[in-house]
Amino acid sequence: MPEYTRLIHNYLRHDKKFPHVWCPGCGNGILLGSLIRAIDKTKFSKDEIVLVSGIGCSGRLPVYVDFNTLHTTHGRALTYATGVKLANPSLNVIAIMGDGDSMAIGGNHFIHAARRNIDITAIILNNSIYGMTGGQYSPTTPYGMRASTAVYNSIEQAFKISELAVTAGAVFVGRQTVYNAKLLDTLIERAILKKGFSVVEVITHCHTQYGRQNKLGSAVDMLKWQRDNAVPVDKAAKMSPEELEGKIITGVLVDKDLPVYEEEYEKVRARAKGLA
Amino acid sequence: MSKGKQPLLLQGNEAIVEGAIAAGCRFFAGYPITPATEIAEGMSVKMPIVDGTFVQMEDEIGSMGAIIGASLTGVKAMTATSGPGFSLMQENLGFACITEVPCVVVNVMRGGPSTGLPTNPAQGDIMQSRWGTHGDHPIIVLCPHSVEECFYVTIKAFNLSERYRVPVILTTDEVTAHMREKITLPDPETLEIIDRVRPNVPPDWYIPYEDNSIGVPPMSAFGDGYRYHVTGLVHDVRGFPTSRPDEVDAFIRRLHRKIDKGLSYIQEGEYFLMDDAEVAVIAYSSVARSAKQAALLAREKGLKVGVFRPITLWPFMRQAVEDILKNVRAVIVPEMNMGQYSREVKRVDQGYARIVTLNRVDGQVITPDDILRKLKEVY
Repeated sequence: MPEYTRLIHNYLRHDKKFPHVWCPGCGNGILLGSLIRAIDKTKFSKDEIVLVSGIGCSGRLPVYVDFNTLHTTHGRALTYATGVKLANPSLNVIAIMGDGDSMAIGGNHFIHAARRNIDITAIILNNSIYGMTGGQYSPTTPYGMRASTAVYNSIEQAFKISELAVTAGAVFVGRQTVYNAKLLDTLIERAILKKGFSVVEVITHCHTQYGRQNKLGSAVDMLKWQRDNAVPVDKAAKMSPEELEGKIITGVLVDKDLPVYEEEYEKVRARAKGLA
Repeated sequence: MSKGKQPLLLQGNEAIVEGAIAAGCRFFAGYPITPATEIAEGMSVKMPIVDGTFVQMEDEIGSMGAIIGASLTGVKAMTATSGPGFSLMQENLGFACITEVPCVVVNVMRGGPSTGLPTNPAQGDIMQSRWGTHGDHPIIVLCPHSVEECFYVTIKAFNLSERYRVPVILTTDEVTAHMREKITLPDPETLEIIDRVRPNVPPDWYIPYEDNSIGVPPMSAFGDGYRYHVTGLVHDVRGFPTSRPDEVDAFIRRLHRKIDKGLSYIQEGEYFLMDDAEVAVIAYSSVARSAKQAALLAREKGLKVGVFRPITLWPFMRQAVEDILKNVRAVIVPEMNMGQYSREVKRVDQGYARIVTLNRVDGQVITPDDILRKLKEVY
């Protein structure tokens, strides 16, 4: 049996009525493939994985895969993930969010989850737009770009998700494009295996909304743009800010160790019982 | 949990902590807010001792999300708040309703709207506790009126949430929360503790939202091998999103039916001097204490007054209230709001009795004298 057939049979839900909700050419499916390959490499059993999502196109991802799956409210995925992980630390918790989901309505939960350093993997699909609701500008829509609520172009500055995650205290932060799916596989695998709060920012395209409104071409054109503008982090270190304008810095931005919440809480339990 | 028969002098908020631990609560997520903070403080001290978990979240939205997540792993979970925080919890409270995740939310009522009167009692959240989250949903709201009852009603809140797979709101007010009374905690073995029913079929056979005679499907915990999908979208029996009218209708009706069928178990009230009462006072939480005292004072003057005190505020105790309305000349409904529970009493009145409201919204408790004065007017 070819490898992809084995993965499909093992990880996709047979009783879920396909097809999925995403547009043909969407990058969400590429991320789903990467995620499955990464989880398969980690050797965690399906029972040990809890996949949590919020609302939006990204929020629909967990329903297709055969894990413990939890499709929560808009922006709140990390709060549910926090409860799941702290109540049963033996579970491996992965939260899938979009850019609006994690940075706008869920921005506060995101920075506090990063600060708290619970062992959760946060994967953010950043397509620079609210896709499901029809292409409104999001916190990551670049200045000057068009959206259905910014037909005179966006006048807001965009969040840099990964840089925000680093500042908020995440112990592992990486960014990759869906074009570089192989690199995305290994990045996600590392993030899952990392103890503590880890973030993977996935640069993807929404040709249906963002691409159409900004005349960026087809899904293939937008994938080529990712290929041509991704700069690995070590190469970016040698470039000037002007040269990096409009580029996507990819790779691991931070990988450090800090006390993990669940392990610290075990010490709290010991102190509370007068044992330490 | 403190053991033995030694009487304790506890606040209502502290008794809620003890009740939660006795009920088996092992996860608490919260955010500081007056006048509910003592519950979070108590849980932060006691959860680690009983191998439970306390986490202080970034806001009440997060607290609500965290307790739902915890409950999905099979752990009994609670949060506690007051008006502004309770408003923030409403969205995720609806998620617990539609996904049928057991959890307990304590709302210590203070004056509102908005920041209102943080250190004063009120009863302005009666309708919010029923209809705060959007959409058509059943909910259970319980209301103790003493420190001892804070303990027992907290246990009841957990038991009902586990039995019916619903969020249960335990609503108190600033007076009940901060008042200190003597309480003797019972031997834990004497308490009836209900745990959610878990599936006993092999995982392949598990249909997570399948209807049954009680309308409450068994609930598996994440990690137990029953991998299933939990979503805030309306879902079919397998948990997958659906908009098929027949599936949607059956789902929403089941949510209501499971509560309707349990009314006799869910609804509880206290009848005080009601046997021969000609005028009744219907009151809840701290106001019920004043009502009882007023009834005693009225009886001294020869007025046959009784008190009915609903402990279950929602679902509304329609049958009990109707029976009272048929047997008395008049009913007084004193409330620390402009009339919320009284609207329900009026709604079920078919001209049986005269209904008089007594409203106090100055941040002060309704006193026995306030009620007695009204009783003399009405009698």
